[in-house]
This record gives sequence, structure tokens and C-alpha cells, in this order.
Amino acid sequence: MSEDKVGIVIVSHSPEVARGTADMVRQMVGDEVPLAWCGGDPDGGLGTSVETILGAIDQAWTNAGVAILVDLGGAETNSEMAVEMQPDERRGRIAICNAPIVEGAVIAATEASGGAPLEVVRRTAEELSPA
Amino acid sequence: MLEDGESRRRLIETVAQAVIDHAEELTALDQAIGDGDHGVNMKRGAEAVLADLDSLAEKSLPEALKSIGMALVMKVGGASGPLYGTFFMTLGKSLPETPATADTLAAFEEALEAVMARGKSHPGQKTMLDVLAPALETLKAEPKASPGLCAAVAEAAKATIPMRAERGRASFLGERSIGHMDPGARSSALMIDTVSKALEASAK
Repeated sequence: MSEDKVGIVIVSHSPEVARGTADMVRQMVGDEVPLAWCGGDPDGGLGTSVETILGAIDQAWTNAGVAILVDLGGAETNSEMAVEMQPDERRGRIAICNAPIVEGAVIAATEASGGAPLEVVRRTAEELSPA
Repeated sequence: MLEDGESRRRLIETVAQAVIDHAEELTALDQAIGDGDHGVNMKRGAEAVLADLDSLAEKSLPEALKSIGMALVMKVGGASGPLYGTFFMTLGKSLPETPATADTLAAFEEALEAVMARGKSHPGQKTMLDVLAPALETLKAEPKASPGLCAAVAEAAKATIPMRAERGRASFLGERSIGHMDPGARSSALMIDTVSKALEASAK
């Protein structure tokens, strides 16, 4: 499984922002990176939900791990909660990136598409320039 | 009071109902300094807890608390879901089935620390911690449900009004967050007040 690429998860309060960000990633980076997005609270309003974040992590999961891009406070707190609820063998292979959601997702996916390991994907997203 | 399932059921129901009854007040507070969804979010969590009441009543106290925490994590949304969820789950993990006073205080302290870690926050930043921390101090001095505890949490929630928010959405407002009660502080005070009064009433 050494060819696995880091998956990208996009978590926004708004499903439209999350989907739009994912569209940009797909158009700019292509289909070779596993990508999942989620947004909206459990009733479909603006917000984030641990349940849907767990689903998105599953969807984008690879053995290389997953990088999560978030927008505002609750998205980060809910993502941290979702990471803690992962099985032990996964927990250390998920990084929540401290980066702007759109730019961070595109840069992280670009880096991941080249086969970079999770730590490099995260660092590049946080510095917003290719390694 | 919490030794039998029926009384645990009544307490859970009373607290969840209090949250639902105050949803509009919590939302109004959150509209002033947050994103205006605290009441709706907490109501959704309380309704999820009520929907699970039968199975919660069959569980031991620690297991029921863990389930309540998980329901809040999954259903509340916003940052308050993981924060309150963490509080209740940690209480459940820390409490033995029939807790002595010291166990309760220790569990409360662990739960408070877990919420601080989850929110990367500490008391004084205009959050729910500004009620939970003084509540623990009051309980350490007088470890039981009492009018003193209710007064202390009401006072603590009020004391968040002149604070400047340093965490959460309200922190974006900077100076403009001053002059409003923190919605999380209010919901914490509401729940502690309700629990305290229910325990007091049942002890009579």
C-alpha cells in the first residue's frame, strides 16, 4: 500500500463552501487524491457535525492518512472530537491543518497528489507554498 | 437520589426540558455576540437525550452520563456539542457507580479540565468555564446541592457580562463582546441550577 496518497477532508460550516472548495481542488489538482467534504449542522443549517466529519474521514481514508482543512472555531473543535473518536491505529495519521480552508485545501491536495507524506502535506498547507 | 433508574430518568428529563424551555433565551444571548445558534443547538441535543430516555434510565449513572455526552457530541453541532459532550463523557468515565462526595468532586474537576483542553481555554475568557470553575469551587466549600450553589452559578454567569471574549466566535467582536452575558456560561448555569434544585427537592 506504499502508493497510497494522503486524503483530504474539507470541513466548513457551509455545505456550499465545502463543496465549492472541493470543486476547486478537483479542477486544479485532479482526481488522484482521495477527497471528501462536509458542512452543515445535523439539521442542515450552518454549522458542523461530528457525525458527518467521521463519515468524511472514512470516505477519504488511505493508509497514508488524512489532512483536514477547517474554516471557523466549531469546525476545528468538532474535527478534533472526530479525530479522538478514531481507532488507535488511525489517530496518529490524521492532521488538522492550521490553514485557510480554500487555499490550504488546494495546496494540501497538490502536495498529496505528488505522494508527499502527511507531515509534509500539513506543513505545506500551513506555509501556503509548495515544499 | 441517583441510585435508582427512575430518579435518574426524572433528573435527566428535568434538565433536558429546562434546556428546551430556555432555548429562545440562549439563542437571543448568542445572537448578540455569537452566531445565534446556541439555543437551537442545545435544544436539538436535549431532544436527542429525551428520545433516548428509556435506555438511559436502564444504564448505571456513569454509563448514562457517557451516553448523554455522546448524544451531545453527535447532535448539538457548533462548538458546544464537543464541549458539553466532553464534560458529560468525562464525568461518566471518572465517576464510580455509587460515588462518594470526594468522587463527585474529583470527577467534576476532571470534566472541567477536559473541557479546558478541548476548548484550549481557561476561566476568564468569557466562556462556560467561567461558570463551571466557580461551581467547582463552591462545591468544594460546600459539597452538596444548595441554594448557595444556585446563587453562585447565577452570579458567575452574570459576571461574564463585563468580560471581553477571548475564545470562540464572540472573540471576533473584541471590545463589542463586552456588555453581554456569555451564552455558554448561561446554559451551564441553567443546567447546574436545575440539577441542584432537583436534587434538593428529592432530598426533602
